[in-house]
Amino acid sequence: MIQAIVFLPLIGALVAGAIAIYGAHARNPSGDEMEHGDHGHGAHAHASDAHVHDDHGHDDHGPIEPPAAGSRAAEIITTALLLIAAGLSWVVLVDVGFLKHDARVVLFSWINSGDLNVNWTLRVDTLTAVMLVVVNTVSSLVHLYSIGYMNEDPNRPRFMAYLSLFTFAMLMLVTADNLVQLFFGWEGVGLASYLLIGFWFRKPSANAAAIKAFVVNRVGDFGFALGIFAIFMLVGSTDFDTIFGAAPGLTGKTINFLGWNADALTLTCLLLFMGAMGKSAQFLLHTWLPDAMEGPTPVSALIHAATMVTAGVFMVARLSPLFELAPNAQAVVMLFGASTAFFAATIGLVQNDIKRIIAYSTCSQLGYMFVAMGAGAYSVGMFHLFTHAFFKALLFLGAGSVIHAMHHEQDIRNMGGLKDRIPFTYIVMTIGTLALTGFPLTAGYFSKDAIIESAFVAHNPFALYGFLMTVVAALLTSFYSWRLVFKTFHGEPHDHHHYEQAHESPLTMLVPLGVLAAGSILAGFPFKELFTGHGVGEFFRDSIKNKPDILEEMHHVPALVAYSPTIMMIVGFVVAWLFYIRRPYLPVELANQHQGLYKFLLNKWYFDELYEIIFVRPAKWLGRFLWKKGDGFVIDGFGPDGVSARVLDVTRNVVKLQTGYLYHYAFAMLVGVAGLITWFIFGAGAR
Amino acid sequence: MSFQAAGYSLTPALPELVLTVSAMVLLMLGAFRGEKITGLVTALAVAMLVVTGLVVLWLPAGKLTTFGGSFIVDDFARFLKVLALTGSAVALILSRGFLEEPSRRIFEYAILIMLSTVGMMILISAADLITLYLGLELMSLALYVVASSHRDDAKSTEAGLKYFVLGALSSGMLLYGASLIYGFTGTVSFAGIAAAAKEPTTGLVFGLVFLLAGLCFKISAVPFHMWTPDVYEGAPTPVTAFFASAPKVAALAVFTRVALTAFPGITSQWQQIVVFVAIASMVLGSFAAIGQKNIKRLMAYSSIGHMGFALVGLAAGTQEGAQGVLVYIAIYVAMTLGTFSVILAMKRNGQPVETISDFAGLSRTNPLLAFFLAMLLFSLAGIPPLAGFFAKFYVFLAAIKAGLFTLAVIGVVASVIGAFYYLTIIKVMYFDEPKGAVDPVRTELRTVLAVAGGFNMLFFIYPAPLITAATAAAKSLF
Repeated sequence: MIQAIVFLPLIGALVAGAIAIYGAHARNPSGDEMEHGDHGHGAHAHASDAHVHDDHGHDDHGPIEPPAAGSRAAEIITTALLLIAAGLSWVVLVDVGFLKHDARVVLFSWINSGDLNVNWTLRVDTLTAVMLVVVNTVSSLVHLYSIGYMNEDPNRPRFMAYLSLFTFAMLMLVTADNLVQLFFGWEGVGLASYLLIGFWFRKPSANAAAIKAFVVNRVGDFGFALGIFAIFMLVGSTDFDTIFGAAPGLTGKTINFLGWNADALTLTCLLLFMGAMGKSAQFLLHTWLPDAMEGPTPVSALIHAATMVTAGVFMVARLSPLFELAPNAQAVVMLFGASTAFFAATIGLVQNDIKRIIAYSTCSQLGYMFVAMGAGAYSVGMFHLFTHAFFKALLFLGAGSVIHAMHHEQDIRNMGGLKDRIPFTYIVMTIGTLALTGFPLTAGYFSKDAIIESAFVAHNPFALYGFLMTVVAALLTSFYSWRLVFKTFHGEPHDHHHYEQAHESPLTMLVPLGVLAAGSILAGFPFKELFTGHGVGEFFRDSIKNKPDILEEMHHVPALVAYSPTIMMIVGFVVAWLFYIRRPYLPVELANQHQGLYKFLLNKWYFDELYEIIFVRPAKWLGRFLWKKGDGFVIDGFGPDGVSARVLDVTRNVVKLQTGYLYHYAFAMLVGVAGLITWFIFGAGAR
Repeated sequence: MSFQAAGYSLTPALPELVLTVSAMVLLMLGAFRGEKITGLVTALAVAMLVVTGLVVLWLPAGKLTTFGGSFIVDDFARFLKVLALTGSAVALILSRGFLEEPSRRIFEYAILIMLSTVGMMILISAADLITLYLGLELMSLALYVVASSHRDDAKSTEAGLKYFVLGALSSGMLLYGASLIYGFTGTVSFAGIAAAAKEPTTGLVFGLVFLLAGLCFKISAVPFHMWTPDVYEGAPTPVTAFFASAPKVAALAVFTRVALTAFPGITSQWQQIVVFVAIASMVLGSFAAIGQKNIKRLMAYSSIGHMGFALVGLAAGTQEGAQGVLVYIAIYVAMTLGTFSVILAMKRNGQPVETISDFAGLSRTNPLLAFFLAMLLFSLAGIPPLAGFFAKFYVFLAAIKAGLFTLAVIGVVASVIGAFYYLTIIKVMYFDEPKGAVDPVRTELRTVLAVAGGFNMLFFIYPAPLITAATAAAKSLF
């Protein structure tokens, strides 16, 4: 069964890929590029380049072009396979979580090199099962949604292939039984996200975003790879069970890192966390996530909300036995998590692109999850991951539905009053917002409250910081979420042309929205005990190692702490209502009064500009230097070009020898003989 | 067999006799019937070359000697004689077009080639210095005349004259060397020299240098190569094709035989000469060819380079090395004759064109011709899996096994540089703008091209016959 879950998406990807290749060939046998995809992008690309962030472009379906042959088949096959996998995933969750049928399925040997022995193994425990459910449920719904959303795109088979490929890589990641296989899946999702973000590859901004996502992730992956090496060096194996078995013996050990004797476990965990930071878009490595919104909206939902960005969280949870032994690393995790939760939320306050707001929200929510991880309440973090997947995918897909209705308009300033035009979308978006802001009894309520409580009771140098930041972030979250809803669905329409033409999305898009809306409400309460209550030990067993007693302590926090997120949620809602429904002139005045702060937030704390100066420019300079001087001058000059130029010089001289005069020729012969004779008489030949 | 003269068995020399007699008969035929019979004489000459080849193969197996041991027929001689006869016959076939023109109906041409071939065969079978010189001069004298057979053309006569003067100089050197060797060993027979020359005395080495210098001239190895480009360019193209094939076979054969059978006692001395000459030839051939604009001059440098590569095998001084030389020369002859058949086919409005730029766009005007030439050039450059690759492979393998790493490395580098000019022609053919259609290709050129090209492309599928024959031939020298 587990093999079916993991490999059905791969089969789907291969089939859809074959259809895409065949279709592209059949449509365009000469292989010449068709001229299209240019209109409407010029202004957008310019805007992006000039760092004018308040008007970030539109989701683009490309111009009308005959779709590839077999598009429908590709869609049906991939979606059907994913739906099967999703159904099986729920079965596995029950089987593993409640019936306790953990499994290790060894597929075959992968690497046997000296001490390094790596197998392809599918590890199925509760942690994996939870991830399987999250990944496959969201992915199958996104597949279904894409059928409607990508309706006009000529390259649908390719899109479906990428989606399925992504899903497969993600499944490899969550079923990994060793770090190397985990890394395989890790890089696989990186590749798939690169392909998906750059799906509209004729759009320069999409290409730039894809490259940015890829490069920023490489920074994290560098740390991750070093972490894997460190573990292999310490333990001599990459299998999780071996590592966890050996981990207690490693406490207090040091390893030499850059001439500095560091605590082995702390260093290793920090390196691994660096990988998680890249994948999960944490503070400092977050810059790729908002830009990744250049991809089609279902991609944003799949990759940037529900699954890929949670890979980092999953990885930390998977390695919880390791992190539990490294309190200093946990402190760092909490510091970064809390900072990200706050920082991303502040940026979300002032963004105007509907998808970017949700993207920053994602970033912020991931911070929450890491706060829980840092507190040692791994199951709580996983709980938020689980619920967040539903409502964040819902919000993204809802945003996609809005964009679809508004003919690719993404700026919320140009929206308004849409609740009458697209009531279903309005309702589901409201449900998603309620869940995100933690409205009582929605999914987000349970998980977010639990995280804030866990931060409060954590025994961690940054516990108080984490608590305060998450509470403040809850306020901000509520504000920007309702701001989005109000500006989009309430008030006066700002663009009457689009408003008049706005239409509800097709059924294939509405069904996933409905399912996810149901999930956003139902994913909370039934699972509360399993993730945060007394059922944790029974449910997760060995797959997660929570800090002892933390869950117990969480249940005994002061009432004010327990209610603080709800209070913040209400405050945020009221302020947003005041700002955008009651007195719409207030935000403008406020922005004018605090021009500096407003600009600071609007420009995302100037991180892109900062990185541009610190990293991008020096890197480009270095690249240019190596290209022009290193490669062009030194290597080409003394290598290929230089050698060929010298060859021609030699040739020129040799050809000159051929004068055509007989006596020169005879002279050459005599010189030859004389030379040989001399050699034999006086040279080495005389020996 | 009572086939004797003055007490010596004539059987081993039967092929030479057949060819000589038939040359004389054909000469009579031409002399009495005049120029209009040129075509027939040429055809009969080709036929007699083939018959001679059959006679060579018909001779009793094993090692035959006669004329007091100065004439030897072993597997080595058989292999090379067949090869030389093939080269001569194909070269004659390629000349048909050239000889058809009224002003160039020279029936002597075929006869001279026959006599030259007789010289080659004697050279190949030579077992003492006298026979060697006899064969060498018989071959060369005919060649001098053939080189200037285009009598009205200044370039052709200049080529013949240059070749003759320098050839005389080289003959002088060879004779001087031979007399020194005789003086220091007291014998002219290779076996006798081998028995006497155990120590590299100065006089003996002097003689060796001069002798090998004379032979180097014949195979156009650097620095005795200077005549080659001028003669190749000046001589009529069929003659150039002939120069590039059969005489090289014979000269390389005698070079190998002298080095391996007459001077095994002072191997390290002649090895030094061969190594030097091989390196100089490979390097100069590769470099100088790059600068050429005329395809025939280019082929001249190409053949200089290829002789260098062949000598790499000889430098090893082992049986494997000798085998490498034999395989090399056989494949080289096939490649060269194939290439020349294309060069001969390159005519526009009846006028032959010879510059490399004339090949521009040949892939579009005559794709088949371009394809075959491209394959031959790839083969000459030594690109697998074509025959040329295996030729180089065997000689380099022998050199490496003999510990001559420097030589092998330089050889490989030179072959890389050499690949440049072959590839340039291919680039011109396939990527440059066409210059206009070429004339229809004559049947005999097409046939030769098909056979040579097919051999080059398919050699790797069934290399056994050639390799086996070369192994047997090399074995007979040791």
